[in-house]
Amino acid sequence: MIPLSHYLIVSGLLFVIGVAGVLTRRSALVIFMSVELMLNAANLALVAFSRSLHSIDGQVFVFFVMAVAAAEVAVGLAIIIVIFRNRETTNVDEINLMKW
Amino acid sequence: MIEQVFFYIFAVVAVVTGLLVITHRNAIYSALFLVGTFFCIAGMYVLLNAQFVAAVQVIVYAGAIMVLFLFVLMLLSAGEATPREPLSAQRFFGFLFAALLLLQTLMLFHVVRATGQPGEMTQEAVRRTGSSELIGEALFKNFIYPFEVVSILLLLAIVGAVVLGRKRS
Repeated sequence: MIPLSHYLIVSGLLFVIGVAGVLTRRSALVIFMSVELMLNAANLALVAFSRSLHSIDGQVFVFFVMAVAAAEVAVGLAIIIVIFRNRETTNVDEINLMKW
Repeated sequence: MIEQVFFYIFAVVAVVTGLLVITHRNAIYSALFLVGTFFCIAGMYVLLNAQFVAAVQVIVYAGAIMVLFLFVLMLLSAGEATPREPLSAQRFFGFLFAALLLLQTLMLFHVVRATGQPGEMTQEAVRRTGSSELIGEALFKNFIYPFEVVSILLLLAIVGAVVLGRKRS
């Protein structure tokens, strides 16, 4: 059996990669993808703990996290489309004023 | 032993494709690498004896969310390869803070001994009953209130996305 720490290290690595993506990329869609990567890293940690602590609650929580992530993606992509309609760009460096 | 081989394959491919997601210039390639990451994570869920979560991961994340991403990428024509961004101060500090966060995260595993109250759902119990049945039982017995709230949340997301996507007349 693979020890818990191995899964947590993978989860931590993926989370930090997601953070680096959010901080360094300029396209709004790639930033959004990095946020999804962070959510998946958290899910992996939850399922790893669920197995190590002999509880099914971790997997139930992952179920809810996935539902919330799906809802967030739908609304977030709608927002990005609306912004693109008005500004013709997805570069977050250029979307720095709420209204001009 | 075979389990360890699979774990290392899944872990290395997940981390490598994750790095490619954030570094590749073409956003569509990033989306496809993210699908690869999701599949590797689903493989790790199967190794953790969470087959239902693995199936839901492939169906929902790789099958619905990433398809939505690709639709929007194609609609906005955001798939052209952007020119290589210069290494500005913001990118340097972004990578620096991510590296510091990585150091902190790895230090946690040496310093903190996370202990909890172990429950009774041991691996044998889960294998005997099946993870789907156990998750369904927990959802409808202990987590019935969050379950109903999540259904309302999904309704809100649908209504919000439709309202946002309307053409302003």
